[in-house]
Amino acid sequence: MNMQAYERKRLVVVGNGMAGMRTVEEVLARAPDRFRITVFGAEPHPNYDRIMLSPLLAGEKRFEDIVINRLDWYEANGIELVAGERVVHVDREARLVAGEHGTVRPYDVLLLATGSDPFVIPVPGTDLAGVVTFRDVADVETMLEAAHRGGRAIVIGGGLLGLEAANGLARNGMEVTVVHLVPTLMERQLDPTAGAMLAADLERRGIHVLTAADTEALLGEDRVRAVRLKDGRELPADLVVMAVGIRPNAALARSIGLECRRGVVVDDGMRTSDPRIFAVGECVEHRGVTYGLVAPIWDMTKVCADRLTGAAESVFAAAVSGTRLKVTGIDMYSAGDFVGGAGSEEVVFRDPARGVYKRLVLREERLVGVVLYGDARDGGWYLDLLRRGEPLGELRDLAIFGEAVATAAQGSGAPADPAAALAALPAEAEICGCNGVCKGKVLNAIEAQGLKTLDAVRAHTKASASCGSCTPKVEGLLKLALGTGYTAPEGEKPMCRCTGLGHDRVRREIVERGLKSIPAVMAELGWTTPDGCHICRPALNFYLLCAWPGEYRDDAQSRFVNERMHANIQKDGTYSVVPRMWGGLTNAHELRAIADVVEKHRIPTVKVTGGQRIDLLGVRREQLPEVWRDLNAAGLVSGHAYGKALRTVKTCVGSEWCRFGTQDSTAMGIALERMAWGSWHPHKVKLAVSGCPRNCAEATIKDFGVVAVESGWELHVAGNGGIKVRVTDLLCKVATKEEVLEHCGAFLQLYREEARYLERTAHWVERVGIDHVRRRIVADEAGRKALHERFLHAQRFAQTDPWAERASAVTRRAETPAAEPFRTLVPAE
Amino acid sequence: MTTETLTNYWVAVGQVEDIPRQGARVVATPMGDVALFRTLRDEVFALDDRCPHKGGPLSAGIVHGRSVTCPLHNWVIDLASGEALAPDRGCVRRIPVRIEHGGVLLDLSGRRRS
Ligand code: SRM
Ligand SMILES: Cc1cc2nc3c(=O)[nH]c(=O)nc-3n(C[C@H](O)[C@H](O)[C@H](O)COP(=O)(O)OP(=O)(O)OC[C@H]3O[C@@H](n4cnc5c(N)ncnc54)[C@H](O)[C@@H]3O)c2cc1C
Ligand code: SF4
Ligand code: FES
Repeated sequence: MNMQAYERKRLVVVGNGMAGMRTVEEVLARAPDRFRITVFGAEPHPNYDRIMLSPLLAGEKRFEDIVINRLDWYEANGIELVAGERVVHVDREARLVAGEHGTVRPYDVLLLATGSDPFVIPVPGTDLAGVVTFRDVADVETMLEAAHRGGRAIVIGGGLLGLEAANGLARNGMEVTVVHLVPTLMERQLDPTAGAMLAADLERRGIHVLTAADTEALLGEDRVRAVRLKDGRELPADLVVMAVGIRPNAALARSIGLECRRGVVVDDGMRTSDPRIFAVGECVEHRGVTYGLVAPIWDMTKVCADRLTGAAESVFAAAVSGTRLKVTGIDMYSAGDFVGGAGSEEVVFRDPARGVYKRLVLREERLVGVVLYGDARDGGWYLDLLRRGEPLGELRDLAIFGEAVATAAQGSGAPADPAAALAALPAEAEICGCNGVCKGKVLNAIEAQGLKTLDAVRAHTKASASCGSCTPKVEGLLKLALGTGYTAPEGEKPMCRCTGLGHDRVRREIVERGLKSIPAVMAELGWTTPDGCHICRPALNFYLLCAWPGEYRDDAQSRFVNERMHANIQKDGTYSVVPRMWGGLTNAHELRAIADVVEKHRIPTVKVTGGQRIDLLGVRREQLPEVWRDLNAAGLVSGHAYGKALRTVKTCVGSEWCRFGTQDSTAMGIALERMAWGSWHPHKVKLAVSGCPRNCAEATIKDFGVVAVESGWELHVAGNGGIKVRVTDLLCKVATKEEVLEHCGAFLQLYREEARYLERTAHWVERVGIDHVRRRIVADEAGRKALHERFLHAQRFAQTDPWAERASAVTRRAETPAAEPFRTLVPAE
Repeated sequence: MTTETLTNYWVAVGQVEDIPRQGARVVATPMGDVALFRTLRDEVFALDDRCPHKGGPLSAGIVHGRSVTCPLHNWVIDLASGEALAPDRGCVRRIPVRIEHGGVLLDLSGRRRS
């Protein structure tokens, strides 16, 4: 050791919070032995991630999970931590720091990182018991205690903090009302439309929202019992959370005569008016601006560390940063100037079905602001465009659709899928905005430290350790670095806004906990809505059907209209009816029956479909049962052209007629259709069988395609026509018809058991990899047989013709599906 | 405008039990279809069976909470107010409903006037 202790300068840090400790980490990274460090912290804890107080309150994290540096870290780095002692005085002449309990330390350099104080509105009653702010662990503890007693909570302030507090309290069973001064929630981050969507989402989770509501007083004797608004309304309350904003905590700096305005004034090198004293974090004011988010604060800590260690003469320049609301299941993001106004243009995208709203504000062809609601995956990408401030050029028309579409459409080999896009990024590209970690740093850490999991990367690089929105990118880098050696952990995207759980997790829980009805799933897994929504209900219905064949009672009210009516709804509200034509084969009897039905019911349009059968279009709802009955009478059954189910099995003429045919592809198609018809799936499933590699049945863009060759059958899987064509992967080659059936049944069952609802085979196989499918279906014979067995077992209950069921119900005048309207119209008295 | 009581015209259209819970039924009236919805909590609402977006049959949608999702393009309509949830804008006409001894009565007077 050439460094001697007595030569070390003494650095004292006031504030054991996020900015202070990050500066210390940055200093250690630059010059581990430069300082002897003492840290004073008013809170009696090691340094923790304040951002994570919201998930802590919501019960999604424990305190251990949010600690950034444990006590042994301080020890290992020779840092003296004086926790639970507030600094009350600094003698700048003598260069001494004094704590409230009498601890005194000398300094050569002093760093102030005292953060900010919650702002408390000046109304009567704020000193009553039961009134809290939301700033530190102690506040969270107070709130949790109150929540255990139950009752009502009023949160004053509908900004980021207030809403996260409201969500946390609601999660803990309190009845919560948010009182917000202005008409739009989070008006500093959201425009009125997104604000309204947010309010509606919160209401749906049982959080009551009062906007344009001005608080006049808090009422009560010792404890708070109500909040009175200026309009005279009184809202009963057992707990009041004051979350209207923050104010830089410059009290200490002010008392020792440093230059202060709203915050402690610092120069571009984070130095205060006393050259020996630096300041970072929310307590500072730089060029007239104060900060309340971590991203700019991390920039400050780097500059400060550069200056403290003399590593560089860097300067702090504020960059735009984005905001997210950390309420599980609510996805929002905003950055920049989203108000727009004169001289700006806006591009708006809405997909109400998914609850998605996006708005971009442009000025002189440059992106200056963005608001995303419902799908905020591309927040980072927009932020990057915004910071670059370049004219969008060709991106302009497509930017609103997000990164994948916009970059794919830019043609010329621009990477379309996220993995390729990630691979193409330069090493200095920022991955984690909160912690300012670039791609190179993540990859280096993965390699140098042999990291294998997301948590390990978080621990070593801090990437994705704060708000978590860059998690997909960090996982992408892990995949990039480790290839198949990487397995993603828990924490997939929530199914919908009714739950924080993802599809795979929900499926697992259904099986493990033996949940057998939709209400049971919702109750056991903590759904936030009483009966779900149009996204989760159909998915749950399928998962239950798949998990408990013969036992689960299908819930018609949780099916899309097409599956409920067993016909396809058309744009004018009429339906189309497609009878099954086994393997595309038909005959005079069937055609005559169809012709008769068309004439009898005056069906306006008859069309040959792209799936080798005949579509009767323009059938009115009330005609459906009779049309079914007449078709049934001729032996025709439902073609399930409407369902997330087995659709068509296309065939070609094959060896029976064709001079090139090697096998009887038509018969094979019919056998497959007989085995698989009536099966429900995560999405539609289409099969095809071609008699030779000329492949007239287009088998290589089907979910399961069979191509006959001289020596047997080639089996192809996971093809897709449609929006994005995907050619199948070859699964294997087999010799006999029995093997074709067994492989097909097993493949379909694996798809049923593993894919997420509305994921076609193509997307599922892309996600899990064809090797996985080969292992399960080809390599593992016993596993294949078991899958096939399970498929056939489920088919015992699925192969009832829905048309026959419903048509006969009509004749029996028994309870009918939704198709049967009330026909009574009897006046009362 | 006359007061409500003078112009009400209550018509019995069936039993609450006939509407599936979390489902809907349609009443054909001379002026067009009315959709009757029954929520999980057995509240009954009636709206014109035409989505304010492009006229989709709301009775064919999925009923959840106090909303129905239109089957054509998934607009979500609030059953109590008839209004589309943000960000969509639009409103379906509500028809007053009364439940008496398990029977569903609709006030079709508004329709007669129009
Ligand atoms: C009727 C038919 C068109 C025709 O007149 O030929 C048709 C009609 C519809 N197709 Fe199709 N598709 C029809 C064959 C196809 C084919 C060709 C095939 O199956 O060989 C494809 C491409 C192959 C594929 O699926 O991979 C096809 C790819 C799609 C897609 C895109 C799927 C994708 O993964 O990208 C959709 C949209 C969707 O499912 O979300 C779609 C959706 C639809 C819907 C259901 C749209 C809707 O939601 O209302 C149309 C319903 C009309 C109706 O009520 O009858 N249709 N559709 C064909 C019915 C075949 C049958 O007999 O069952
Ligand atoms: C609930 C919540 C959620 C948040 N969510 C986000 C988010 O999603 N994204 C985001 O970017 N930001 C978020 N923030 C803001 C972020 O936490 C702050 O910007 C960040 O903590 C500021 O760091 P700081 O070091 O300046 O202050 P702090 O982290 O508050 O640290 C200051 C520390 O100094 C101590 N102290 C003060 N005075 C003295 C004294 N005289 N002597 C000794 N110690 C003293 C305080 O007790 C405190 O521990 C959130 C904040 C909260 C409260
Ligand atoms: S191609 Fe498009 S328009 Fe034609 S049937 Fe298919 S979905 Fe409808
Ligand atoms: S018609 Fe109802 S959403 Fe389009």
